[in-house]
Amino acid sequence: MAKKRTIEEINEKIRSGRAVVLTAEQVSAMGRESTPAEIAEKVDVVTTGTFGPMCSSGMFINFGHTDPPMRMERVTLNNVPVFAGIAAVDAYIGATETALPHDQYGGAHVIEELIAGREVLLHATAKGTDCYPRTEVKTLISRETVNEMIMLNPRNAYQNYNVAVNSTTGIKYTYMGTLLPSFGNANFSTSGELSPLLNDPEMRTIGVGTRIFFGGATGYVAWHGTQFNTGKPVNKHGIPIGNAATLALIGDARMMSTRFIRAAYFEKYGVSMFVGVGIPIPVLDEDMARRVMIRNSQIETNIIDYGSPGHDVLGRADYASLFAGEITLNGKKIRTAPLSSVKVAREIAETLREEITAGRFLITEPVEQFQKTSGLNSLEIRL
Amino acid sequence: MKSRRFVLTFPPETTGEPITYNLIRKYDIMVNIVKADVSPGKIGHLVMEMTAPAKVLKEGMAYMEQQNVECVPIDRTITYREDLCIHCGACSAVCFAGALTMNRKTAELSFEPEKCVVCELCLTACPLKLFSIDLG
Repeated sequence: MAKKRTIEEINEKIRSGRAVVLTAEQVSAMGRESTPAEIAEKVDVVTTGTFGPMCSSGMFINFGHTDPPMRMERVTLNNVPVFAGIAAVDAYIGATETALPHDQYGGAHVIEELIAGREVLLHATAKGTDCYPRTEVKTLISRETVNEMIMLNPRNAYQNYNVAVNSTTGIKYTYMGTLLPSFGNANFSTSGELSPLLNDPEMRTIGVGTRIFFGGATGYVAWHGTQFNTGKPVNKHGIPIGNAATLALIGDARMMSTRFIRAAYFEKYGVSMFVGVGIPIPVLDEDMARRVMIRNSQIETNIIDYGSPGHDVLGRADYASLFAGEITLNGKKIRTAPLSSVKVAREIAETLREEITAGRFLITEPVEQFQKTSGLNSLEIRL
Repeated sequence: MKSRRFVLTFPPETTGEPITYNLIRKYDIMVNIVKADVSPGKIGHLVMEMTAPAKVLKEGMAYMEQQNVECVPIDRTITYREDLCIHCGACSAVCFAGALTMNRKTAELSFEPEKCVVCELCLTACPLKLFSIDLG
């Protein structure tokens, strides 16, 4: 009978500096020679990491009150509109927001500037009320002057994602990067065997309240992410094929670093933000050991034609081939390229490994597990 | 003999000299035109690989200078802000010339300017806008 452990037992080992912590890559390599039972015996925690463009991201900010006070209605930061349809001096900076015609600078850039400690121009207007008489303010703000910077991203850390190709005769500019004509390239965007939700595909250990590495700071899983879908078909290794589960994440952006939060602009698509996420996976038993041993060759995803209006599924690829630089589709060899940084993902997994080994980061039991879903609604045009 | 790539910049007013022909016939330089954008009355650019012993190459370049043709090694025309790079790989997607590739082991971007054909696709493909090209 293989060993089983509880989160509390693992935390006890972490506190006393006895926990065996490996990165997901290390445990995948170890899995070539060890059985799940052996890994369950030896390893307590496996750390994961990903650093990719995650458009569904943003940050709540509280500017502090002016004297006399103001209920800010229309607000811009460095000329980028931010959402202020909440209480007086709260706002939400959406990562992809831009102010035309300057579509290359957006919310993500404002967030990066604030995290970097730079000053940002705030301009707000309002109608003025009896309780909030001021109608306009223009001033400089920074990380040091505001009350809160809370990053709350509704959809991050996608469990698997499509490979993008282009069947047409012209270049396609997409959120999956530049797609060359006639299947000139194939772009993909996960960190494969390092990716958080691919190491615990059924989310046995990840749920509401899970403590994580988030943008260089400590963060938490706030909820399941939007478009959360556990209804995707899985391959024989239990890995969903194509984009499936997602996470909503929350953390203190004042503690974050621009090493792990970076603004990006995808040509003729728009602004996005690279977000660094790392999740520790406790090896509770043999089943979890088997999960974290997953290798790139065992993770598969759909090849999607971004040149077709319906985004047709053309085939399937595994991450060993994707990372090796070439996949085959209908007999044709296609060069592959990643969009998410494995280099930084490794750094995240390694940082988290060191933090846990040193006893500074404890593992959490989810406050609540995620519910299973059976698929997603699409938007029907009913008028 | 080493092959090196250069970006040649032609002034709008041409002298009528068949410069590429002379480089081949008079100097015996092996020439491989990678990219050409030359029209009368405009500044023209030629991306060219030249193979010749160092001494001959030097003479050929002196000849071009005489003809007011600027000849700059390709690695001096492309700037890449490596210090800011996150090694995502988006630029390698468009680099069909193979100058920008991902190192499988280190997961880092490798840039070999000698393979560049100055297609300029990386300028827009880099989500952080870290590439710039100065053709003079």
